[in-house]
Amino acid sequence: MSESMVQVRNVTKTYERGKQKVEVLQGLTLEIPKGDFVALMGPSGSGKTTLLNLIGGLDQPTAGEVAVGGKRIDTLSSGELAHWRARNVGFVFQFYNLMPVLTAEGNVELPLLLTRLSGAQRRKNVAVALEVVGLSDRARHKPRELSGGQEQRVAIARALVSDPQLLVCDEPTGDLDRRTADEILGLLQVLNREHGKTIVMVTHDPKAAGFARRTLHLEKGQLLEQAA
Amino acid sequence: MTRAGFVIANLFRKKTRTILTLLSVIMSFLLFGLLQSVNHIFNAGADFIGATRLVTQARVSFTQPLPLSMKPKLESVPGVARVTHSQWFGGVWQTNTPLFVFALDAQSYHDTYPEWVMPEEQWRQFAQTRTAMVAGRQVADKYGWKIGQKIPISSNIYPQKNGSKAWAFDLVGIFDGKDENWQRQTNQIFINHDYFDEANLFGKGRTNFFVLKLAPGADAAAVTRIVDGMFENSPDETKTQTEKEFNLSFVKQIGDIGLIVRWILFAVFFTLLLVVGNTMAQSVRERVPELAVLKTLGFTDGSVLGFVLAEALALCLVGGLIGLALATLMGNLVEKGSGGQFQLRVDTWVWSVGIATILVMSVAVGLLPALRARRLKIVDALAGR
Repeated sequence: MSESMVQVRNVTKTYERGKQKVEVLQGLTLEIPKGDFVALMGPSGSGKTTLLNLIGGLDQPTAGEVAVGGKRIDTLSSGELAHWRARNVGFVFQFYNLMPVLTAEGNVELPLLLTRLSGAQRRKNVAVALEVVGLSDRARHKPRELSGGQEQRVAIARALVSDPQLLVCDEPTGDLDRRTADEILGLLQVLNREHGKTIVMVTHDPKAAGFARRTLHLEKGQLLEQAA
Repeated sequence: MTRAGFVIANLFRKKTRTILTLLSVIMSFLLFGLLQSVNHIFNAGADFIGATRLVTQARVSFTQPLPLSMKPKLESVPGVARVTHSQWFGGVWQTNTPLFVFALDAQSYHDTYPEWVMPEEQWRQFAQTRTAMVAGRQVADKYGWKIGQKIPISSNIYPQKNGSKAWAFDLVGIFDGKDENWQRQTNQIFINHDYFDEANLFGKGRTNFFVLKLAPGADAAAVTRIVDGMFENSPDETKTQTEKEFNLSFVKQIGDIGLIVRWILFAVFFTLLLVVGNTMAQSVRERVPELAVLKTLGFTDGSVLGFVLAEALALCLVGGLIGLALATLMGNLVEKGSGGQFQLRVDTWVWSVGIATILVMSVAVGLLPALRARRLKIVDALAGR
């Protein structure tokens, strides 16, 4: 687990809100090794989601460097970042963000439309991903026909299907009851331990953070401590 | 699933809205198909007539008749092989059904227009019987006229010397066209000009226009210049033009059909632009987070723009093609129902213009929402900003 998956060096992120400039991250430096499962905690406005967005290539830092899997992503153009995201990172959101017009398998197949895989190969990969999250029997159901936990499992299958090494999860259990949340977190743990995925998860929930290998605390845009 | 499947699935996320929008597109293109074919009818008559004949009319308007005494002068023009003349009668069948009746000279007209096909015996009868008339196949079939019948026809312009506008003619022949194009024109009726000239109350020895049949190899432009030059500064100045130009100017007397059609279609498509544009804008507004997720998954800005444009195209294409197909069907039904009198043909040309319109419309309604989708910033869209 010594090889680095994520390297964040002296990153600053400033947003402009009208005439006001808000510095969300202030010279933050962080390294996450391959195969790690990191929970990012901190109060609202501490910069957790901003940091997650930078690591996932959804946003660019105002200053500093971000490298993932040894590749600098802070210098990529919008189009290059899109291609990079498609190949290297899977996303799981608090509110699942599934496409309501598609079935579970349609949602999972969506990222594969960006690949050169044949239809048959895509369907095979989708079936495997749904099996990993334990939802093979719900493949033909639309999101509105699924429970919250099942929707989140579909979202995880979608994040996994193109086999990225990095999963970024923004409050993945924030909208779930305790029992379902634990199931989802257990699934993430399996993905980390058995499939070697590096996971970075933002959470407010200390119990959720307990599923990670380590927890990082942010406050006012700076990393406070590392807890084992 | 394919990208096309994804586009179609998105299109039907709000079924009622999409179906209503689709119906408005269908209706617009149905109207477009029918109106364009009406427009085409007025131009089609001119298209198949070659420049082997010229038409000479009064310079001011063809409603101002020219003296028949011009005929020998016209016949003497080099390049002119035959001259005939034709007079609008203003025929009315029964109470209020207009007929295309022309008073003409049978023999010279027959010589000038070999496209009208009728047994020579009937042409002879027509020339020799003063009260004779010959009818086109369409009009004869439509009213069930048979050779030998006396046909009462009124004129809304010319009364007889006794003041009555009711005329009667002996049907001595039924003519057809030499090919499909000419057969479509057999809704005309010809009567003898000599009889008309003698029996009518107004204007003796005059006709609306002369038709000059050109000799093989004759220079139509030169003949035109000579004829019009011959009558320049006379009381009866002339305007000579090809049959095609003449037919177009004849149509323009009725009104600029093309302009009327264009204005109606402009209103229809402007409304459609607002309806479909609003649907597309609303559809994109409703799923900003979903579009952001697509970008998150790795779809580029261009791909997302493409998805929205593809939805607009699919909506306009499906509606447009159904509308044009319905117009074609209705055109055929109208043509059959009218016994070929009203030829609403939604032909290849109308389809081509229709498809071009569909493409332009798709871009027009889809571009702004698509650009909005393209410009979405993932972080802001996911945060609901």
